[in-house]
Amino acid sequence: MLGKVVSMVESQVMVEARSLRKDYGSTLAVDDVSFQVSRGEVVGFLGPNGAGKSTTMKMLTGYLSPTAGSAYVGGLDVAADPIAAKTKIGYLPESAPLYDDMMVAEFLRYVADIRRVDGATRRERLETICGRCGLNDVLGKNVGQLSKGYRQRVGLAQAMVHDPDLLILDEPTSGLDPNQIVEIRALIRELGSEKTVILSTHILPEVQASCDRIIIISGGKLVADASPEMLSGGDGASVVRVSVKGDAPAESIFAGVAGVRDVTVLGGEPGGQAFRLRSVSGEDPREAIFRAAVDNGLVLLDLHREQVSLEETFRQLTTTEDGAHA
Amino acid sequence: MRNVLAVARRELSAYFNSPVAYIVIVTFLAVAGWMYFSTLFLFGRADMRPFFQPSPFSPAMLLVILAPAITMRLIAEERKSGTIELLLTMPMQDWEIIFGKFLAALALVAVGLLLTFAYPLTVSSLGELDWGPVIAGYVGMLLFAASLLAIGVLCSTVTENQIVAFIVAFLVSGFLYYVYWLRFFVPPLLSPIFEFLSVSFHLDNLSRGVIDSRDVVYYLSLTFGALLLATQALGRRHA
Repeated sequence: MLGKVVSMVESQVMVEARSLRKDYGSTLAVDDVSFQVSRGEVVGFLGPNGAGKSTTMKMLTGYLSPTAGSAYVGGLDVAADPIAAKTKIGYLPESAPLYDDMMVAEFLRYVADIRRVDGATRRERLETICGRCGLNDVLGKNVGQLSKGYRQRVGLAQAMVHDPDLLILDEPTSGLDPNQIVEIRALIRELGSEKTVILSTHILPEVQASCDRIIIISGGKLVADASPEMLSGGDGASVVRVSVKGDAPAESIFAGVAGVRDVTVLGGEPGGQAFRLRSVSGEDPREAIFRAAVDNGLVLLDLHREQVSLEETFRQLTTTEDGAHA
Repeated sequence: MRNVLAVARRELSAYFNSPVAYIVIVTFLAVAGWMYFSTLFLFGRADMRPFFQPSPFSPAMLLVILAPAITMRLIAEERKSGTIELLLTMPMQDWEIIFGKFLAALALVAVGLLLTFAYPLTVSSLGELDWGPVIAGYVGMLLFAASLLAIGVLCSTVTENQIVAFIVAFLVSGFLYYVYWLRFFVPPLLSPIFEFLSVSFHLDNLSRGVIDSRDVVYYLSLTFGALLLATQALGRRHA
C-alpha cells in the first residue's frame, strides 16, 4: 500500500480515482469510475446533465464519501487523510455558492485565514488573485449584490487563494456571457500551464478550447477517456459544409463525389442549397467537391471543413448509454 | 483552534451585519428587564435572584425562545445555500466548524448578558446587594444558555430548513425547561428523574448563589453531548 503511494508520487500522478461508486438510496449516481490525471494536465469532464460529473468531483474533493472505491489526490487517500488532501485542492462548486452577507475582500480574507495564507504573503497573494480574476472593482461590495459573472470569479478566486496544486472546477463558465466565457477560458488555460485542472462542462467547444484530455461520463459510467483530437474524428472522417446556387441536382451530384460517404440536406439561404457531407476515413474531399460543383455549373457560395466530430462522438457515446438505461 | 476562531469570527460578524444580533439583544434587554423590575419593587429587596431564577415567565424562559432563533441558521443556511460545500472542502475538522459556530452564538448571548449587568448595578445603588449570588447567577445563566445553544446547533445541523431547526430546538429546550414543573404531576418515583433532567432545576440551584459541581457538570455534559452529536451529523456526508 505504502509502496503504491510512493510510486504514485514519483510517477507524478496528481489524481487517481479507483472504482469510485456512489449510491443515493436506490439510484446509482456514479458506477465504477476509474481514471488518473497527471500533474499539469487539464482534464475536462464531459457529460449530459445528471450524468455523475458533479458527484465524481465531490468525491475527489472529500465532500462526499464514495459508497465504494477510493480517490487519491497527490498520493493521499482523500477518505483516510482528508485534511492533508484538502489543502492540495482548490474547489469551485457548481453555481458558485458563496456567503452573500460578506464583502468580497472579507470573504477572501476568511478563506485565506482557514487556508493558512498568512502575514506578508497574504496581502500579496490576495492582490495577485484579485488582479487575475478581475475583482479589484468589487472588493468592497457584498457578495450578494454581485452579478453571476462576478460571483463565478469570486468562486474561482476563492479556489486559488492558497495556490493549490489541483483545481477542481464544476462548470466554471455556466451562466456567463460570451465575453466572460472567453476570459475565464483564458484564465483556465493560463492556470493549466502550472497546475493540474479538472473541470466539468456540458459545453463541447469548451473542452476543445481548454483541455488536454476529455473524460466523458454518461449514466454514471466512464464511457471515454482520450484527447480531444482522438475523440473528434477519431475515425479520421471529416465533415464538410457546402452551400451552392444553381439548378443542377446538387444532392445526387455530391453523393457521387469520390470520398464522400453520406450527404445531409440542410436548410440553405434563399436561392441556395446547403449540405453537410461526411467523408470516408482519411479523405479530404473538398477539392473533389469543388470540381464536381464547377463541372455541373453550380455556383459555390460556401465550402468549409467543420470541426464538429466531437459533438458526434459525444452524442454517440451518451445516447447509446441512455438507450441502454431506458 | 485557529479554525474555530476563524469560523466564530465569521458567524459573529454575520450576526452583527444583519438585524439578528440587535433584535435578540434588544428583545432580551427589554423583556428581561421588564420581567425583573416589575417584581423588584413588589418585594422591595435588593436581590437579583428573581432575574436568574427560572419560572414559567422569567428571563431564562426568554432564552428558551431566543436561543433556537439564534442558532437556527448556523448550519441549515449553509446547507440551503450550498456554501456547506465550500465549508466542508476546506481543510478543517468537522468539530472545528461546529464549535466555531457554537462559540459565535454563545458570544452573542454573552454580549446580551453582559449588558444586563446594568441591572445589578442599578439595584446596588438602591440598596445593599450581595454580589456572590449575582456572580453565581451569571455563571448559571451562561451555562444554561450554552446548553440551549448546543441543542440549537444540533437541530440546525440535521435539517436544511431553518424553521424546522427552530421549532425542533424550541420543543426540545421547552420540554427540558418545563419538565421541572411537571415533576409535581408524575409518580413520586419519577419525580427526581424529571428534576435532574430539567435545565431549570440546575439553574434554580445556581441562582441560590452556590456553584455546585453537579450542576456545572450537567450543563457541560449537555452542551458537549449535543455538540458531539452535531459533529457526527455533519460528518455524515450523504448530501
